[in-house]
Amino acid sequence: MAEFTLPKNSRIRTGTTHPAPSDAKKPKRFKVYRHEPESGENPSVDEYTIDRAACGPMVLDALIKIKNEVDATLTFRRSCREGVCGSCAMNIDGTNTLACTKAIDDVKGDVKIYPLPHLPVVKDLVPDLANFYAQYASIKPWLQSDSPAPADRERLQTKEDRAKMDGLYECILCASCSTSCPSYWWNSDRYLGPAILLQAYRWIIDSRDEYTGERLDNLEDPFRLYRCHTIMNCTRTCPKGLNPGKAIAEIKKLMVERRY
Amino acid sequence: MSLRTPLGRVRGLGTAKDGTDHFWVQRVTALALVPLSPLFVGLVWSFNGADRADVIALMGNPLVSSLFILFIVAGIYHAKLGVRVVIEDYIHSEGLKLASLILVSLLSFGLGTACVVSVLILAFGG
Repeated sequence: MAEFTLPKNSRIRTGTTHPAPSDAKKPKRFKVYRHEPESGENPSVDEYTIDRAACGPMVLDALIKIKNEVDATLTFRRSCREGVCGSCAMNIDGTNTLACTKAIDDVKGDVKIYPLPHLPVVKDLVPDLANFYAQYASIKPWLQSDSPAPADRERLQTKEDRAKMDGLYECILCASCSTSCPSYWWNSDRYLGPAILLQAYRWIIDSRDEYTGERLDNLEDPFRLYRCHTIMNCTRTCPKGLNPGKAIAEIKKLMVERRY
Repeated sequence: MSLRTPLGRVRGLGTAKDGTDHFWVQRVTALALVPLSPLFVGLVWSFNGADRADVIALMGNPLVSSLFILFIVAGIYHAKLGVRVVIEDYIHSEGLKLASLILVSLLSFGLGTACVVSVLILAFGG
């Protein structure tokens, strides 16, 4: 059956509390999920109170400050710090988003930070994305064409055809949408999830690609595609403001169109 | 524990080349139920206080009995498609999933047949 409660070894215990520095002008408390699977202990939530007045504006700034100044064992992914790489996707204040573009002041009260939901945890805020990346590889995310490219120029595309990829090419594969989707929680072994389906549609709609039919064949499955029940958590949570729900609906429309 | 690669696991048994009919028919039956449901409820409501002879007389009208049968077929088929999705979503044990799907199929066909036969009996004079 689908899992509705946390397994015994995932139940969260109270963790360590790190108080604010004595000279803090604007203390702000962060409750951060901590887990070290190899220790054999259950996860905990550690509390860190830092001086917001001496910290950058984003949640990622706070995490980096905590790691640098309070607790070097805190583990998380980050790279570009400007919403382009997708590395720092995590669950902040109950919503999957990017720590680098989420402002601390937008969170009322304590800032609660957890890893992306329903994925195995490697350590602390670092989830195991191996399945997610394998799903991405399975849709062959590259241009497939039997016609050779023109010898003297790139493959051409009209402005209108190029515009069809707006709202798709911006996806940074942060996995916020997929891990917000209940269908993906229950069936991520077979359902591709919103991020991968949006990426699949990006190649299906690309006028330069010649494998549209094969791409649709690869998705025509009760689980790979049709586990989407239009819950729309994906669209609500996307930190880039994209609409994976619409992309999936467009794929379904093409499935019907080629049949009738 | 499996030593299969993540890509091997994702590709799994391949695509079922199926799902579009389920998706399409679920929407078509939903569309059909938009006019059929209020008409069905209205007619049943109009039976209030009527005796058996009145009901048989009304059901003898082919438009009324056809509407009943259409509602039953569309409604039960729509429900069967929906319950199948719920089972596939939440039941992950292959044996239990298969048994549930078979049970839902048998129940819906059985219930549908019983309802249609009942309508026909009334339509042909009880």
